[in-house]
Amino acid sequence: MSLEFLVASAIAVLVAGGIFLALRGRTFQVVLGLTLLSYAVNLFLFASGRLIVDRPPLYAQGVTAHADPLPQALVLTAIVITFAMTALTVILSLRSYLESGSDQVDGVADHESEEPA
Amino acid sequence: MTLLDQLPIAPVVIPAVTAPLTMLLMRRHARAAAALSLGGCVAMLVTACALFAVAQDGAIRSYALGAWPAPFGIVLVLDRLAALMLVLAALLATLVLGHALVTAADRRGWHFHPMFHFQLMGLNGAFLTGDLFNLFVFFEVLLIASYGLMLHGQGALRMKAGVAYVVVNIVGSALFLIALGLLYGLTATLNMADLAVRVAALGAADQGLLRVAGLLLMVVFGLKAAVVPLHLWLPRTYAATMPVVAALFAIMTKVGVYAMIRTVPLIFGAQAGAAAWVPAPYLLPAAILGAIVGFVGVLAARGMREQAAFAVLASTGTLLMAVASWRAATLAAALYYMVQAVLAGAALFLVADVTMRRRGPYADALAPSPRFAGQDAAGLLYLAAAIGVVGLPPLAGFVGKLLILDASFAVPGWPAIWTTILVTTLIGVIGFSRGGSTLFWKASAADADPIACPARSRAEFIAPALLLATLAALTVAAGWATAHARATAAQVMTPGLYVTAILGAAR
Repeated sequence: MSLEFLVASAIAVLVAGGIFLALRGRTFQVVLGLTLLSYAVNLFLFASGRLIVDRPPLYAQGVTAHADPLPQALVLTAIVITFAMTALTVILSLRSYLESGSDQVDGVADHESEEPA
Repeated sequence: MTLLDQLPIAPVVIPAVTAPLTMLLMRRHARAAAALSLGGCVAMLVTACALFAVAQDGAIRSYALGAWPAPFGIVLVLDRLAALMLVLAALLATLVLGHALVTAADRRGWHFHPMFHFQLMGLNGAFLTGDLFNLFVFFEVLLIASYGLMLHGQGALRMKAGVAYVVVNIVGSALFLIALGLLYGLTATLNMADLAVRVAALGAADQGLLRVAGLLLMVVFGLKAAVVPLHLWLPRTYAATMPVVAALFAIMTKVGVYAMIRTVPLIFGAQAGAAAWVPAPYLLPAAILGAIVGFVGVLAARGMREQAAFAVLASTGTLLMAVASWRAATLAAALYYMVQAVLAGAALFLVADVTMRRRGPYADALAPSPRFAGQDAAGLLYLAAAIGVVGLPPLAGFVGKLLILDASFAVPGWPAIWTTILVTTLIGVIGFSRGGSTLFWKASAADADPIACPARSRAEFIAPALLLATLAALTVAAGWATAHARATAAQVMTPGLYVTAILGAAR
C-alpha cells in the first residue's frame, strides 16, 4: 500500500465520520463531528504540498532536496483557528444547554419534540 | 516612502489598535471608550475616503507587508473595488455605531466595542487582501467577532440561533480550506495574481480538479452571502440578534458577493480553460430563487426583524442576478445596487430597532398594537426604508433595479431576470404594505390606552434617517455613482491589469 493511499483513505474516513456526526441532532456529537472534519482538513492541507518522506522543509546541512514549507505554515494557522472555533462551539453549546435545558442543536427539548403517545 | 504609500494598511491597523484600547477603557471609563470607539470609526471613514480618492486614477496599488515582494510575501491590494467597499463599510459602521451609542445597545454587555472593531478589521482586511489564504484568515477574524456580536445581549433564543450560526460557519471554513488546499496542490501558490497566471497555464489533466476547487470556493462564498439553497442560517440568525448588530451584518453577506466578484474574473476568468466562469451556470438560478425566497419571506414574516432579514436575502438574490452573467455592464449595475442595498437593509433594521424600543411588550411582532410614542416618525422612516429596500422611486433602489434591468437586456437569460425582478418587486411591495399598515395604521385604530413606555430620545431617529438620506444622495448623484461603478467594473473585468500591478510587467 502506498503512502498516498493510506493518507487519502485516512482523510476519507475522517470526513465521512465528521459529516455523519455533524449532521446529528445533539450538540456534543456535532462538536465531535466538527473536530473530525477539521482534522481531515488539516491532513488534506498538509498533503497539498505533496507527500515526501525524510526531507527537511527549510534547511539542513548537506541536504539539497526539500519539502514544501508553505503547507506546514498554512496548517499551523488552520489548526489554531479551527481549534479556537471548536472551543467556542463547546462553550456555546454548553451555555445553550444551560439556558434552554436541551442539548438539541435546534434548542427544542426532548419532551417537546416527541409525539404524544 | 511617504505617508500616502503606507495608507492602504491603515484600515486594518486602525481597528486593530482601537479594539484593545476600548476593551481596556470600557469597564472604568465607559464614556471615554465610547468616544474612542466612535473616533476610530470616523478615522476609518476618513482613511477610506482618502483611499477612495487615491484609487480614482485607475492605478492598482499593492502594499507589500514587510517589503517582501509578491508572490512570496503577503500583499494588500488597493483598487477601485476595494476602495469602494472600504468606504461603504466605514460609512455603515460609523452610522450603526452612532445608533448603538444613542440607544445604549453597547451597554448590554461588556465587549461590544472591541468586537465591533475586530469585525471591521476582518471586513477591511478581506476587502484589501491580495492573497486567498489571508482572505480565509480575515474571514475568520470577521466571523469570530460576529459570533460575539451576535450573542451580545444574550438570551436563550439568541443562544440557540448562535449554535446553528457558528456550526454552519465552521463547516464553511472547513470547505474553504479544502478548496485552498486543492488550489495550492495544483498551482503551488495562493497569491491571487499569481494564481491567475498559473491557473491559465494548467495542463489538461488538472482541469477537473481545478473545476472542483473553483466550485468549492463558490459554495463557500455562497454560504457567506446566503445564496439559496445555502441561506437557511440567515433569517434565524439575523432575526434573533440585536437589530443594531444585524444592521452591521447587512454588509457581511455582501462580503461573500465581493469575494466572488474579486476571484471569478481574476482567477476563473476567460483565460482559465475548462474552469472559465465556473460558477456561471449555477449562480443565475440560485440568484433567481434567492430573490423569490427573500421577497416571499418578506410577505410571510411575523416580525420586523424577520422581515428585514428576508429583505437582506432578497437583495443578495437580486444583486447576484446581475453579477451572474459576468459582464462589465451588468457588474457596474450590480455594484451600484449593492451599495444602496447595504444601506437600505441596515436602515430597515435600525427602524425595526427604534420601533421595537417604543412598542414595549409588542416588540417587533407584525400585529396591531395601541398607539405608541413616536409612531408617526417611525412609520415615516419605515415607509422610506421599505421604498429603498423594494426599489421604488424616488430612492436609489429604483435606480439600481432599473440599471440591472437595462444592463441584463443583452444577456441570454434576460426574460427570467426581468420577470423575477418585476414580480418579486411586486411581492415585496405587498409584503411591506401589509407590514406597514399592520404596524402603523391598524395600530392607531385600536382604541386601547397608549403604550406607556419609558421616554425615548428623539436622537434615536437620527441614524436611520441619515442612512436613508445617503440613499437619497445616491439617487441624486446617480450619474456620478454609475460612472464610478462602470469604471470599477471595467477594472475588475480586466484581470491583466491586476496581475501586472502585483507581479510586475515581467509576467
